[in-house]
Amino acid sequence: MALTQAEVLVGIKEIVEEVAGIPAATIEMDKNFTDDLDVDSLSMVEVVVAAEERFGVKIPDDQVSELATVGDAVNFIVKVSA
Amino acid sequence: MTRRRVVVTGLGATTPLGGDVATTWSALVAGKSGVSTLPYEWAGTLSVTIAAMVAIDPSEVMERVEMRRLDRSEQFALIASREAWKDAGAPEVDKERLGVVIASGIGGVITMLDQYDILKNKGARFVSPHTVPMLMPNGPAANVGLELGARAGVHTPVSACASGAEAIGYAMEMIRSNRADIIMSGGVEAAVHALPMAGFAAMKALSTRNDDPTRASRPYDRDRDGFVLGEGGAMLVLEELEHAKARGAHIYAEIAGQGLTSDGYHIAAPDPEGSGVRRAIAFALLDADLTTRDIVHLNAHATSTPVGDVAEANALRLALGADVDQVAVSATKSMTGHLLGGAGAIESVFIVKALQERLAPPTINIENIDPAVTINVVRDKPRPLPAGEIAALNDSFGFGGHNVVLAFRSY
Repeated sequence: MALTQAEVLVGIKEIVEEVAGIPAATIEMDKNFTDDLDVDSLSMVEVVVAAEERFGVKIPDDQVSELATVGDAVNFIVKVSA
Repeated sequence: MTRRRVVVTGLGATTPLGGDVATTWSALVAGKSGVSTLPYEWAGTLSVTIAAMVAIDPSEVMERVEMRRLDRSEQFALIASREAWKDAGAPEVDKERLGVVIASGIGGVITMLDQYDILKNKGARFVSPHTVPMLMPNGPAANVGLELGARAGVHTPVSACASGAEAIGYAMEMIRSNRADIIMSGGVEAAVHALPMAGFAAMKALSTRNDDPTRASRPYDRDRDGFVLGEGGAMLVLEELEHAKARGAHIYAEIAGQGLTSDGYHIAAPDPEGSGVRRAIAFALLDADLTTRDIVHLNAHATSTPVGDVAEANALRLALGADVDQVAVSATKSMTGHLLGGAGAIESVFIVKALQERLAPPTINIENIDPAVTINVVRDKPRPLPAGEIAALNDSFGFGGHNVVLAFRSY
């Protein structure tokens, strides 16, 4: 069953809070992982692996560099979950 | 050109006796033990179930997000260096003249073992991307270097239980040779984990006095049966004398010299002749322009092993001759346990405090002194040190036959 954008966003917010310590309430779709959320390339790997586990999806390594914002990640996960 | 002199202008520590230098020192002179029963589930699988864990866990003073990217040894390094840098007055300095030399005996062994468990149980995909920066032995130095913005050089000497002392000596040489004006130096260790403990226990190096933890570490006692593993870290800010004076820094003491030798004898056992130790002391005195008569205090390596304590005591008599009788010898591992790569650093902090407070810390748990130990041990209670210009030595030895002796002078 496809995931909804809202439920994936909730999950990504929790993961980013866990990994980077940014309060979930301040994380929006347009936030850039590197510039806004202090998620560097190493921490991005943590976010990706945590998201894969949580949503039961696969995010190929060559896709990760395309995921600049929270919205990019949410939309990608919604798409592949369909 | 006269040689550049190096002084100590800041101290920091997190140890089994306290979360900072003041608390640790108070507990030390009060003769308190930092050893307790391991609270971990895995302890039941080992023959040794005691250790000296830090009094204040990093989680009490560090943010969760910062902690999860750092090995426990790196957490200790940052906690102790923050205290030391603040103690030095958090000076604005030229970063290209600021260095870091922080040692660890084993490195991020807890991270390595935890991540190996994840690899086995969940798969390679789940191994943390922070694994390598967390397990590398230069990780503590590198993280402190990043925080301070140090650009003169960041280094990590490794010589097992002599590592912390070697780091401080290396830092002194960096300042003497004009590579830097101010350096954060010290040592850390975080190896209270089933595998390193099982390894030390297999060597019969650890005390098995599990039913009496606070009395298990008993250097020089007739019935000593091995060392107690400790964890933690300590830092000294070393600074070129004129640099320190120019900014009005508080000067604790001078680090006046070092002697380094190797035994060429055995991978783990001390040379019973003590030649390496004797020569290291002679070199340290020469380097510091001191004589045996100047030495009033010595913080011994004395880990509470049957062979090691006597070998060192004999070497001290050979090195210092009859003057050894005037030297107040303290074996502080009786209280802190053995911090491995952190030992030489915390014991250097103790020397600096002893010179400043004119007080040699006690050695606890000597019920019956080993008759083979004929040196002047400070037992049970701290002992006052004389007024005037005095000097002290710090012995540190490591598996591999490494001998490091640091010489400190009152300032």
